[in-house]
Amino acid sequence: MFPLRVSDIKINIKSKRLIGPINLQIEQNGISILLGANGSGKTTLLEALHGLRKLSAGKVEWAISHTLAAKEQTFVFQSPIMLRRTVSENLAFPLKVRQISKSVANAEVMMWAKKIGLEHKMKQQAVLLSGGEMQAIAVARALITKPKMLFLDEPTASLDGATKKTIEDILISASNDGTKIMMSTHDLGQAKRLANDIVFMHNGIVEAHCSKEKFLTEPPSKAAKQFLAGDIVL
Amino acid sequence: MNEILQGLIQAFWLILSFDSELITISLRSLYVTISALIISTVIAFPLAALLVVTRFQFRRAIIVTLNALMGLPPVVVGLIVYILFSRSGPLGVLGLLYTTSAMIIAQVIIITPLITSIAHQSMQALWADYRNLLISINISKMQRVVTLMWDSKRALITACLAGFGRGIGEVGAIMIVGGNIDNATRVLTTAISLETSRGDFSLALALGFVLITLAISVSFATHWFGKTERGELW
Amino acid sequence: MTRALLISFMLALLPATSAIAEKVRLAVTSSFHNSGLSDHIIPHIETDLEIDIQLIVVGTGQALKLGENGDVDAILVHSKPDEEEFVKKGFANHRREIMFNEYVIVGPSSDPAQISSAKNLLEAFSKLSKAMVNFVSRGDFSGTHKKEMEIWNKINFVPDDIGKKYISVGSAMGKAINIAVAFDAYILSDKATWLNHKNKGNLQIQFEGDRLLHNQYAFLPINPAVHAHVKDQTVEKIEGWLVSEKARNLINSYLIENVQVFSFNAR
Repeated sequence: MFPLRVSDIKINIKSKRLIGPINLQIEQNGISILLGANGSGKTTLLEALHGLRKLSAGKVEWAISHTLAAKEQTFVFQSPIMLRRTVSENLAFPLKVRQISKSVANAEVMMWAKKIGLEHKMKQQAVLLSGGEMQAIAVARALITKPKMLFLDEPTASLDGATKKTIEDILISASNDGTKIMMSTHDLGQAKRLANDIVFMHNGIVEAHCSKEKFLTEPPSKAAKQFLAGDIVL
Repeated sequence: MNEILQGLIQAFWLILSFDSELITISLRSLYVTISALIISTVIAFPLAALLVVTRFQFRRAIIVTLNALMGLPPVVVGLIVYILFSRSGPLGVLGLLYTTSAMIIAQVIIITPLITSIAHQSMQALWADYRNLLISINISKMQRVVTLMWDSKRALITACLAGFGRGIGEVGAIMIVGGNIDNATRVLTTAISLETSRGDFSLALALGFVLITLAISVSFATHWFGKTERGELW
Repeated sequence: MTRALLISFMLALLPATSAIAEKVRLAVTSSFHNSGLSDHIIPHIETDLEIDIQLIVVGTGQALKLGENGDVDAILVHSKPDEEEFVKKGFANHRREIMFNEYVIVGPSSDPAQISSAKNLLEAFSKLSKAMVNFVSRGDFSGTHKKEMEIWNKINFVPDDIGKKYISVGSAMGKAINIAVAFDAYILSDKATWLNHKNKGNLQIQFEGDRLLHNQYAFLPINPAVHAHVKDQTVEKIEGWLVSEKARNLINSYLIENVQVFSFNAR
């Protein structure tokens, strides 16, 4: 499936440039963190990589066919999208649409519910839970099919510390189990904790893609320097 | 005012005494409208869902037309159905005129645009939320339609009740295509019309109150069986 | 439980008469039905001939249209010029006169136009034209409406000249009477419908008895040559029944408020 090759992509809306031109290559190992200030284009890039956005120019290519690749990716959105169903039904949904048997599905659902600490709220309506609980469900739901690629768009942006830790632990564990993770964030601390490599974005283009260590010790651009210094990046 | 009181009293006695003609007419009203409702939902729900999830050239035109058709005057529909099914008309050989079947057909034409529009409106709203998730999860168009419809079921029930209300109170179309034939096509609304033209206002009102009671009972029963208005998320 | 409900639901919808009996559809004018005469004689016809008669009660114009389209097997109306036109066009082979009733002029109990003292019909209508009183007209080209226009014609009067007081409703007899009651107006009605109407309000019969108010009903079987599917043999039997002694007795004995309203005159 890997590497994911991004060649000269651009996305414009009504002749206004959103992102691009971008060239990028994502490898299988380690967690890739997409770093950048708000408005730098992280969400647009992630959605483009996942196939949720139409490209105005360029190509996004996997090592396997597009249809096969689509089956192996999941996405966690910045604002969790919950089905108007119970917690367990939300978790079970990806398994149900793949027609996994009920008994196998129930076991998986129970295991994940425990991992996110919601095993006592299985029968509750998901949309009525707190933001952190919903996001945890979204992450669990994205991982329940053991995808080969998981995209996350600032998943812990507005969450409390405990939930943030739970989710980060789950992501590290999933990465160790073979799921490639690419996650956007503007939280430098989170990037330091999780990243193997960093893709730094500013003003709709990728200014650098390098290892975490290199990025932190030798910031590759003026914007990167500003970002690391904690200044507002304009 | 006196007639309204008399009507209420007469309605009470009619219902209590299980007047056989009243029961026959009432059951026939239910039979015609519920049959029309079932056929309409089979057309309306998938159509509404498809209009939500599919992008095609005439989509907007169809939605606008459906909304406009809600204002179709029932008596005009009746006239058109009469002309089609008259012995001198193209479908006359079917011999459906002056039967409950013709009445059902007319009512289907009248209530389908209404049900489709309401269903479309609410599923469109849910789709705005679900869209990214369902596309990301990589399920077939059919599965998206089913998920959307299932999670909209409460709104769909409301659409059904709206269609039922429109149908059970309708008189213009079914008078023309049914003929208000005693023991064959007479229903509550056409009977009310007849008694009004005879000047028997209190009987007409009595039948009217029976009709209202029927409509309210159906609504209550629907909500009770559907377990809506219960729990935190109705 | 649901199955039992479903079965009783379906059973309740079976028509009262046997399913084996032949079904015949007649379009009849509302005065035949709303007077109560149809309830009086139709059951006898059904029993005697072992058939199931479905009555479609509409205005004269619609009845003629249904006959023309072949949606009914026969019609019973009361508008001789229209009937003759119908036969001429070939939709029916003949018209058979069955019975007649009378038209009456109904008006407010105070009779502001003072027509109850008129010597004949034309004088009554003449008084109406001058009195500036409310007058409700059927306005629907029915037999009754055409009779009304015929009388206005005879006194050379155009009813629109009464202005707002001439209320043309485009409705059947019963609904027109309701409107006349609401407006405390005069109206030309057939006697049977009037007597049987339950909402008489402040109105009563103010003029009757003139020969010009004669209202003839006729039976017209639809021509099988034009519409092959009509049940012409059964319709022939119905026509035979309608001109029989039994019909004569039943029709003449039909009373509303102890008054005979229809007179059998078939030959």
